[in-house]
Amino acid sequence: MKAQKVKQTKEERRKLLRKNLYKDKYLLLMIIPVIIYYLIFCYVPMTGLVMAFNKYQMGSGLKGIYTSEFVGLRWFQQFFQSIYAWRLIRNTFLLSFFSLIFGFPIPILFAIAVTQIRKKWLQKSIQVSTYLPYFISTVVVCGMIINFLSPSDGIINMLLNKIGIDSINFMSLPQWFRPIYVISGSWQSFGFNSIIFVAAIMGISPELYESMRVDGANKRQLIWHLVLPGIKPTIILLLIMTLGSLMNVGFEKVYLLYSAPIYETSDVIQTYVYRQGILNNNYSSASAVGLLNSMINFSIVFVANRMSRKLTDTAIW
Amino acid sequence: MKQFIRESFGDKVFDTIITIFIGFAVIVCVYPFLYVVSISISSGEAVNKGLVYLFPVDLDISALKIVLGYKQLWVSYGNSVFYTVAGTTLNIVFTCLAAYPLSRKRFFLRRKMNFLLAFTMYFSGGLIPTYIVVTGLGLYDTRLAMLLPVLLSAYNVMICRSAFESISEELFENAALEGANDLIIMSKIAVPLIKPTLAVLTLYYAVARYNDFFNALLYISKKNLEPLQLFLRRILLTSSMEIMQTTGVDMAAASQSTISVRYVCIVVSVVPIIMIVPFIQKYLVEGTMLGSVKG
Repeated sequence: MKAQKVKQTKEERRKLLRKNLYKDKYLLLMIIPVIIYYLIFCYVPMTGLVMAFNKYQMGSGLKGIYTSEFVGLRWFQQFFQSIYAWRLIRNTFLLSFFSLIFGFPIPILFAIAVTQIRKKWLQKSIQVSTYLPYFISTVVVCGMIINFLSPSDGIINMLLNKIGIDSINFMSLPQWFRPIYVISGSWQSFGFNSIIFVAAIMGISPELYESMRVDGANKRQLIWHLVLPGIKPTIILLLIMTLGSLMNVGFEKVYLLYSAPIYETSDVIQTYVYRQGILNNNYSSASAVGLLNSMINFSIVFVANRMSRKLTDTAIW
Repeated sequence: MKQFIRESFGDKVFDTIITIFIGFAVIVCVYPFLYVVSISISSGEAVNKGLVYLFPVDLDISALKIVLGYKQLWVSYGNSVFYTVAGTTLNIVFTCLAAYPLSRKRFFLRRKMNFLLAFTMYFSGGLIPTYIVVTGLGLYDTRLAMLLPVLLSAYNVMICRSAFESISEELFENAALEGANDLIIMSKIAVPLIKPTLAVLTLYYAVARYNDFFNALLYISKKNLEPLQLFLRRILLTSSMEIMQTTGVDMAAASQSTISVRYVCIVVSVVPIIMIVPFIQKYLVEGTMLGSVKG
């Protein structure tokens, strides 16, 4: 293949291109709108990242991105010297780290538990009821969280009062933000995330179960020696995929739940970019911070993918 | 066979633990919704006194009437329906348009296009440049702003592509021999064959469009264009003063608690989604499996 490529002259290549264009004209016709979409909404914004090194003038529109005055690494320096840098990186990391630690094992445990149920209809209905929270919008989930935790008429505080504990103003105390974020996130996704583990457990051969049962294994042993080893590859694969999104905290949820008094534990990179850029119009410095976030994410995915290829032979690319 | 194997004491303890765990999981998932429904159809007095814990007390649908009588709810509901239907249709059409050529081994741009797509999954220009591009195109405060920036999900394209790839090559060859071009082969042969996959993708896209808050927050400020999610945010997450202003109803006078109004709004917005989940659950299993094949 390579030798051929070297030998191709300009003319031959042009001929080949013309032939290809003709041969695949309908495929091209299909994919051209897609290419246009990707160029406009994904790749033009990527080139727009040069504004992280510019001094973008408000109101200079699209053109302004490329024609503004070059300022080098000024915005990066400014960011790292500010009080925000450490706080944002720490909060972003901790929120996703705790979500992973707390949220990852639950779907596995739930999948193991739910597959112990013999009656198919019961198993199905239990599963469906745990999918529900996954499909609810972030706005509604946050609305429920805030209203349930409200110090005046929230159900949680009403119950606390019943057992003699004073109302806690959960949403304005910084120490509560992480538990609230992590637990509600896990609540929303454990049922849906268990689907893949349930499928993996169902894939284990029923004969193996029977033979182990006949050999006198109890249920605990079955799970330990048969089910867990059976779903180990799925667990590793999903763990690596989750690791890849470690610095990707959901903007919407943090944005809807946080408030100025609890920025100390709740402000994350993306909410900062939103405030700094969209609300305060500091486009350039905000996109510098955004670029930083993208680069961190990209390197994490890259490392996770490397790990995955080494450990499981499954790689994203 | 199974009946002859006696359950040991250990197994019984084990079963109890599992039952408790599952029971807890189901309660945690269902109770919040039940509670919200109960509050929304209980009388304002019972709610204010904190008498409602599980079932409705003093059945009363006046809060429901207030909310359903509020015009802005229907405006935003209508907008959401439009964004969901139009958005999902565009999503599916574009996903097929992208996935089909990428699934053809002979397509000369295949590798390059695959890279073009996959790269966007791992790197993006980020919020600010995207915002400037979208507003620079004059999309701010237009319906298109809710549709165009989210026309495609690269991940879903990959799922759709593997579905196309799984169709037997012979079918394509035969159709081509009979003189069908790729447009006809795709629409008449390939798309009907991957209907189950498209059903899953339609669901994913539709839920994403219906629940989309981010694009609305960025690009929609006019009330006549706002989707349900923006309306909900005002009702659910702002002070009761603003609820009175938005709904134009004096809560104290109507002896209503604002919390009832909030919970009614949750019910109204969540009902369409909760209704479809049980019906699509068998596709869900398929869908996550599809995703995991390619990773």
